[in-house]
Amino acid sequence: MNGFFDLPSDLQHSYLGLIGLHLREALLPVLAGLLLSLPVAQLCARFRWLYPPVLGVTTVLYAIPSLAFFVILIDYTGQSEMTVMIPLAVYSLVVLVPAIVDGVRSVPPETLAAAEAMGLGAVRRYLQVQLPIAVPAIIAGLRVATVSSISLVSVGMLIGNQGALGNMLNDANLYHRPELAVNSVVTTALLAILVDAALVLTRNLLTPWMPKKGAAR
Amino acid sequence: MNVLDFAHSFFADSARWHGYDGIPTRLLEHVGYSLEALAIAALIALPVGLIAGHLRRGGNALSMVATAGRALPSFGLLVLLFIWFGFGTLPVMVPLVVLAVPPILVTTYEAIQTVDPSPVDAARGMGMTEPRILFQVELPVALPVILGGLRTAAVQIVSTATIAAYVSFGGLGRYIIDGLYQKDYEKVVGGATLVAGLALVTLLVFWALSKLTVSPGVRRSG
Repeated sequence: MNGFFDLPSDLQHSYLGLIGLHLREALLPVLAGLLLSLPVAQLCARFRWLYPPVLGVTTVLYAIPSLAFFVILIDYTGQSEMTVMIPLAVYSLVVLVPAIVDGVRSVPPETLAAAEAMGLGAVRRYLQVQLPIAVPAIIAGLRVATVSSISLVSVGMLIGNQGALGNMLNDANLYHRPELAVNSVVTTALLAILVDAALVLTRNLLTPWMPKKGAAR
Repeated sequence: MNVLDFAHSFFADSARWHGYDGIPTRLLEHVGYSLEALAIAALIALPVGLIAGHLRRGGNALSMVATAGRALPSFGLLVLLFIWFGFGTLPVMVPLVVLAVPPILVTTYEAIQTVDPSPVDAARGMGMTEPRILFQVELPVALPVILGGLRTAAVQIVSTATIAAYVSFGGLGRYIIDGLYQKDYEKVVGGATLVAGLALVTLLVFWALSKLTVSPGVRRSG
């Protein structure tokens, strides 16, 4: 009999291997999205006229369905992990850019004035005052982006088995082993919840000045 | 041949425009499932979000439900339900609704809950009943944000309904899935173009809807 965690050999990975692959395919794009949205959001916060068009572009890009995005990229990046990760990075922008802009804007002007009076330059003021105060808003954005990214990686299965844990779904169908699909869904959902919890923990560690609330959510 | 050439030859083929696998049929199917799923999700999430937002309580519970809903992988759920229940509407509708409820629920709650309390108190002082306060004071102010949540939900539904083709469903995803199996890249690109176009039309519909329904005073202050 096949055990719950024994995967068909065509997946070419162990159960833990698939988890690692899934996390890489889901988290790297969000990281790339964060690195891209930090400067973009900073520009939007400084030049207010820039914000609505940037918001418009990210909303339109977000509207492109994942499968459509994947298959159009196949022409350029082949049936590879890259083809799955590029759209996920693009999708993360629609959540991250507004989250960071709101976070940076929420810094009270008195605080900025105080920082300036203390002799902080623009760079230090950004890194040591604005960014830390924006952390809760940024993490809130990261939570939504990461959780949906983890869920979307599975769709990569449709383009040449690039879906990590999602690849188990196809095998569940092929070999009539429903438990593989159960395993895939449960593992993906658990990963999402664990990563979400890790982000909440990170937020609490990064913002020790915030009042401790009973519910961390 | 690049993507544009593929798309062009797909749409230029007149055979694509007729029959059960023709573009009009597939488009109508796709719009049909999407509207149905959006309606079900809105029927569940809007009342809950409105009432919880008006009472200003239950936020933690709602965000827990929303996180759980987001954490469930739509595609995995789709395949799993298909394996369990076989071909039917259920395996498609459940993931779409699970996907659409969190954004509607969270934005509706947040939008109503963050309405400036002073007009609400003024309305209460004038003797307005609670339902009238909700629908005539809080809802109009919160409408732009609520529509934003519905828009996100609608776009995600249109996007995910594409994947339903994997479990033998109709809709525009058929072209992409069939094209991938038949190694017919023209069909794949044509389908992708149609789905992306439909998603953009969805955005436009919601933009027009907000122009029509959001009161000018709210728009100016927002």
